[in-house]
Amino acid sequence: MARAVTPRRKAINTALAWTVGILIFFPILWTILTSFKTEAEAIASPPSFLFFDWTLENYGVVQERSNYMRFLWNSVIIAGGSTLLGVLIAVPAAWSMAFVPSKRTKDILLWMLSTKMLPAVGVLYPIYLLFIRLGLLDTRIGLVIVLMLINLPIIVWMLYTYFKEIPGEILEAARMDGASLRSEILYVLTPMAVPGIASTILLNFILAWNEAFWTLNLTAAGAAPLTAFIASYSSPEGLFYAKLSAASTMAIAPILILGWFSQKQLVRGLTFGAVK
Amino acid sequence: MATQHSRSAARLMMAPAVILLLGWMLVPLVMTLWFSFRRYLPLRGGDQGFVWFENYARFVTSSSFWPSVLTTLTIVGGVLVITVALGVLLSMLLDQPMWGQGVVRILVIAPFFVMPTVSALVWKNMFMDPVNGLFAHLWRAFGADPIVWLSDLPTFSIILIVSWQWLPFATLILLTAIQSLDSEQLEAAEMDGAPPLKRFWFIILPHLSRAITIVILIQTIFLLSIFAEIFVTTGGAFGTRTLTYLIYQRVLESQNVGLGSAGGVYAIILANIVALFLMRIVGKNLDS
Repeated sequence: MARAVTPRRKAINTALAWTVGILIFFPILWTILTSFKTEAEAIASPPSFLFFDWTLENYGVVQERSNYMRFLWNSVIIAGGSTLLGVLIAVPAAWSMAFVPSKRTKDILLWMLSTKMLPAVGVLYPIYLLFIRLGLLDTRIGLVIVLMLINLPIIVWMLYTYFKEIPGEILEAARMDGASLRSEILYVLTPMAVPGIASTILLNFILAWNEAFWTLNLTAAGAAPLTAFIASYSSPEGLFYAKLSAASTMAIAPILILGWFSQKQLVRGLTFGAVK
Repeated sequence: MATQHSRSAARLMMAPAVILLLGWMLVPLVMTLWFSFRRYLPLRGGDQGFVWFENYARFVTSSSFWPSVLTTLTIVGGVLVITVALGVLLSMLLDQPMWGQGVVRILVIAPFFVMPTVSALVWKNMFMDPVNGLFAHLWRAFGADPIVWLSDLPTFSIILIVSWQWLPFATLILLTAIQSLDSEQLEAAEMDGAPPLKRFWFIILPHLSRAITIVILIQTIFLLSIFAEIFVTTGGAFGTRTLTYLIYQRVLESQNVGLGSAGGVYAIILANIVALFLMRIVGKNLDS
């Protein structure tokens, strides 16, 4: 939307927007900067902004002392596993709702959404108990299942809105040409649906990566992902700013990068198609 | 156009998702309801039979109930006011022509992707710490006494942290909505001599009203159940115990499952009231 404005106005906009942008981003920037300081410099007064001895030491120490890689691996497995499993279950459901709609499709979609609104704390004990009974407490498979279930409504919804945009005429044409249901899905729909599925995977991976209710309450040492690992720094003995920063930077960096790719899908995925 | 054959195939394809979600919803819900009617203390005597509505009555008459409701409302309300007000301003700013718009957008959206435990810890230690936090340095630089944020202004501190996390979401959605505004309408108003404030009040704000409603509803659902931000910062101390946190403490910390489950039922009812409004809007959108 290019409106004609005077260069002066544009310069003011730019200055203002950059100031606000940097202010909002500052806590993240500060965390990243602190991760390269020594512990002494991290709490120096007045704090040094850029002119300190940059060091990578904290990153090594975090890995060495806490076996950071294990938590990272748990996060990858839990977020990745729950997303893939969710997509596998959601694709057929969303496909059938988008292309073979019935009178009840709308009700089913809304009902699925309503399960997402169930406050987690309301069912905390039942899930906790079931996890103990089924031997799922503090296991990655248990968290994969729970996170898949809490994100399944969003996955179905996102896929549904993407599939809905695929024109029905194409399907009809394929059917006229004698395509079977199977080849219809395989050769006509899949290529058109791939971008939508990819964005769905991306956004849900982010949501699962950052989930911090079930991951905190259903894990101990074994299956704890990065959310729980970082939370362990809240105890007083763990108060080392530079190391906390290094651990935090490593925990958020991959998601920040993925997130920047998914900013457009974020609106669609989190407003359930109500804002376009 | 759908044949009988494709109908039943469709039903079969939907089945796994529907059955899983049905189980996910019903099994824990029925269990929570069941526990809420019983006196159940896993570590002190176990399940001691039905007490019916005693837990429900005890939950609302306990001295921590109303403070927790007040805290919940303060946090949800505070975050909503801050994120919506700043979100409207910010989205209007980001919609203006400027250099490096893409980069600014990325900077503004970034906090949304930071995991809750990280943002809570970073704010708690590196900004709000009364000795080494950046705010303390700033206060001292101006000759003021540093604020002990998390014990002097605990609720406000949590509102600040959560607002920082959710401002990007509000901004992004409002920006999407603002970009769909017909710019000719604004230009016509400008040519007719409508001052900026009037253009904002009579054209931009009405256009945004739907998006604002959606932001409020969705954020309310998520904000009602914030957990990690409190867990890591105050652990529910200093009057920051929300309804969610109170239930969590009843169930897992003091292991009073009956009482906690009754609280859980209240939380479910509360969330459903909000959800009802949201669903109505989303449902309308499905029809069009």
